[in-house]
Amino acid sequence: MNVVVCVKQIPDPAAPPALDPGTNNLVREGKLILDDSDSYGVEMALQLADAAGGGEVTLVSMAPNGETSGLRTALAMGAAKAILISDDTLAGTDALGTAKVLAAAIKRAEPDLVLAATESTDGYTGTTPVQIAELLGLPSVTFAKKVEITGDSVKVERQTEAGYDEVESPLPALVTVTAGVVEPRYPSFKGIMAAKSKPVETLTAADLGLDASQVGNAGARQEITQVADAEARSAGEIVTDEGEGYQRVIGFLEQLKVL
Amino acid sequence: MSVDKIWVLAEVADGAPITTSLELISQARSLAGTVEAVTWGDATASVAGTLGDYGVTTVHDVGDLAGALPGAPVAAAIAAAVAQGGGPDAILFPATYDGRDIAARLSVRLDRPVLTNVVGLTAGDGGLVTEHAIFGGSQMLSARFTGEGPGIYVVRAKSFAAEPSGGAEAAVVAAPAPDTGATNGARIVARHVEERIGPKLDEADVVVSGGRGLGEKDNYALIEELAALLRGAAGASRAIVDAGWVPYSHQVGQTGKTVKPTVYLACGISGATQHLVGMKNSKNIVAINKDQDAPIFSVADLGIVGDVHKVLPQLIEAIKARG
Repeated sequence: MNVVVCVKQIPDPAAPPALDPGTNNLVREGKLILDDSDSYGVEMALQLADAAGGGEVTLVSMAPNGETSGLRTALAMGAAKAILISDDTLAGTDALGTAKVLAAAIKRAEPDLVLAATESTDGYTGTTPVQIAELLGLPSVTFAKKVEITGDSVKVERQTEAGYDEVESPLPALVTVTAGVVEPRYPSFKGIMAAKSKPVETLTAADLGLDASQVGNAGARQEITQVADAEARSAGEIVTDEGEGYQRVIGFLEQLKVL
Repeated sequence: MSVDKIWVLAEVADGAPITTSLELISQARSLAGTVEAVTWGDATASVAGTLGDYGVTTVHDVGDLAGALPGAPVAAAIAAAVAQGGGPDAILFPATYDGRDIAARLSVRLDRPVLTNVVGLTAGDGGLVTEHAIFGGSQMLSARFTGEGPGIYVVRAKSFAAEPSGGAEAAVVAAPAPDTGATNGARIVARHVEERIGPKLDEADVVVSGGRGLGEKDNYALIEELAALLRGAAGASRAIVDAGWVPYSHQVGQTGKTVKPTVYLACGISGATQHLVGMKNSKNIVAINKDQDAPIFSVADLGIVGDVHKVLPQLIEAIKARG
């Protein structure tokens, strides 16, 4: 049971994000960390490989400047190895271009299952995983809240508007997992030490046979025309509760005829 | 590139087109001369009347999928129709579970990128111009496609008003999916409907949401109780969804639902940008949080600096006492 997990290394979401005024690309210069959303996929992959009685978890990531700190976090959790695609020509690559890069890298790992988050925390386009599935000719099941492997198929509980669907798919397949489905483990000290020497293969777009016109700003075929401040909402009345705060809420709801 | 024809993905639930699809059709009428729809399922004939009433002239019907997930077959059917010629200049998808899947697969089939999280669409010189709320809605970004081929747009709910135009019933034409091989391997084997008391989160007049300030999972019952008393829906911040307290379907925010209720009560929610983008356009916002510097207070019409563990039970008792 070999599982590939797509992981994104993102700027710390706690720090205020910014656009580069020249290119309007998201600034991704500082230290990058493992996207929290991806920790669920990593945990799920480790549990599935365990339950299957063996197999490897391989991470695949695209990031600027040979960034590996987020990958080391996931390796410390227990993933066996990583493929990192890092290359100056990739700056400004959009979701479809990213999918082309990741799909080419995933193909090399020949996985039984590809896991990803439903969307990243910073860009939240939410299309890259299924684009990867289409590029690789794989079936996909998105928004999984439970994943189980039985023989050569995967059984998924897929979130729906009304509840959930039970979905079955033959392997290999791609599954995206929602946050909170499993409890991501904290890397142990031993895991952190071991992660330092786990293999990270670093590739360029050219290594994957991708033409420069398919990636980067050139491949994006979409442009930002304007960035403007949104209309600010005026602040209202703030009161400190001294035991009577709930009455203010009641009064407000009465005024709106909600009560 | 002028925009003459727009297709809208008309997703059907409970025998009727979903509201977001009707919102997109309504907006498409103001952007292009011809608006057509793409739909699938076993009840497509019954929606042609409603779709026509909103201005759709032709419905491209992929037909029943026999338990397959719609991503692969519907994308393939749209791509096949585009290849035949006479296709659209733009295709609008509602930002739903299935809408995103179909848009993503279509993007690869047409080798065209997707613009997602669209909250505004206007006609510009070079085709459609999109608007996206970024950084918690503090800034609006405008974008457009370059290059040849139809634009693929995934639009968030409640970006536009749904308004019928009184059109005649739409013509239904078959748009069967070609064989999609292994990509179409997933099958729905059972459906589970979770019992919901009260209105849907994104349609409710009142939304009561809880966040990490609730302290522990069991306290979410206070949110549900207050929501029920106000005949509203219970929502959640991403933090407590990630923590596994409540299912993803309750999440309000950038990666969850967009809500615009008459009143939104944020309880124990700090107001991370992730959350604000999903609720800041509510008509009225009440926030209860013990940290007076919490960003949620910057958008609140009424802010109570206090402990949700005290204020919520008092509020619930007082409303109950009114009978």
